[in-house]
Amino acid sequence: MDIPFTTKARPDTGLYNAKLGIWLFLASEVMLFGAFFSAYILLRVGADPGAWAHGLMNVPIGTFNTFVLILSSVTVVMAWAALKAHNYSLYRNCMVITIACALGFLVVKSFEYAEKFRHYEVWMKDGTRMTGHIDYQDGAVKKHAYLWNTKTLSKKKIESIAFTPDAPNEWMPGQYYPPMTKEQLEHVKKHDGKGDHHHEAITIKSADIQRLSAFVPAHSTFFAIYFTMTALHGLHVLGGAIVLSYFLFRGRKMWQADPDHLTNRVEVGGLFWHFVDLVWIFLFPIMYIL
Amino acid sequence: MSLKAFHIIFVTVSVLLSFGMAAWGLHRFLTQGKTSDLLFGIVGIVAAVALLVYGRYFLKKLKNISYL
Repeated sequence: MDIPFTTKARPDTGLYNAKLGIWLFLASEVMLFGAFFSAYILLRVGADPGAWAHGLMNVPIGTFNTFVLILSSVTVVMAWAALKAHNYSLYRNCMVITIACALGFLVVKSFEYAEKFRHYEVWMKDGTRMTGHIDYQDGAVKKHAYLWNTKTLSKKKIESIAFTPDAPNEWMPGQYYPPMTKEQLEHVKKHDGKGDHHHEAITIKSADIQRLSAFVPAHSTFFAIYFTMTALHGLHVLGGAIVLSYFLFRGRKMWQADPDHLTNRVEVGGLFWHFVDLVWIFLFPIMYIL
Repeated sequence: MSLKAFHIIFVTVSVLLSFGMAAWGLHRFLTQGKTSDLLFGIVGIVAAVALLVYGRYFLKKLKNISYL
């Protein structure tokens, strides 16, 4: 059965069907992400001073991923323009770059998530707190602790942990700093406290710990909304990459059967892809910078 | 709205983001003096200018394609 108006515009709407369809879909997506952005603003303005942990994000990695997505938007438009110019090989090359960018974004994001799962905050019983990493010995091998929390300490009957604190973090007033010389303090301050430079590990008794949490959704409101929004966005990136891959791998057949139909499909896929990238353009500054 | 029109909006927002990043980095450099912040500011300015140049090229290249 032939579906009408896949290539020609409908006389009443002035658009071919798929374009009208994708804009209706994107309108629903605006409402979905708009609700999350609104929730973010309300949660943030209602947060207690010092309780919003956004200064713990890795800005260079986030910046890199932002430029990866901007590049992918450029290449998806180039792919569409190449089809308009009847240049199939250029279309294929541009689409390969677009999909590579999408996968690159997801790989970098997964490493970023993994780093958060082994990065901790510890709240001491004396009211102080600090962020850092926990290492433990597994036989002769030194390992990073992933996804530990207060219950892990009692469940594994751990009496003390080797905690490597971050440098003091400007966003987190009231942190505890272990005893160190003036030179050591200057050194760690210089390196900004983003988890990339540490001084020596200190031993903390489990009995002195009130709460221990990795940077997971349960850590705080910030990480709850951060993981919710970035994971939802990541799923959209994955979905977009699957659709664009379909246009790449099945494109030759579609191109031979009906070139205009493939061109319109790529335009619709490109509109979705631009929306996903636009969401990240707003997500990046609010999660990483502001 | 065609992909061409949406792309122009996207590039415009990206330019604004890049200038915003540059302002953030340079402000931090001026208040805290860290070289990494200066580098961040410079990268933001370079990215914004590159996107402006690209946007101009894009408009010229696709001038025959409809905005609808």
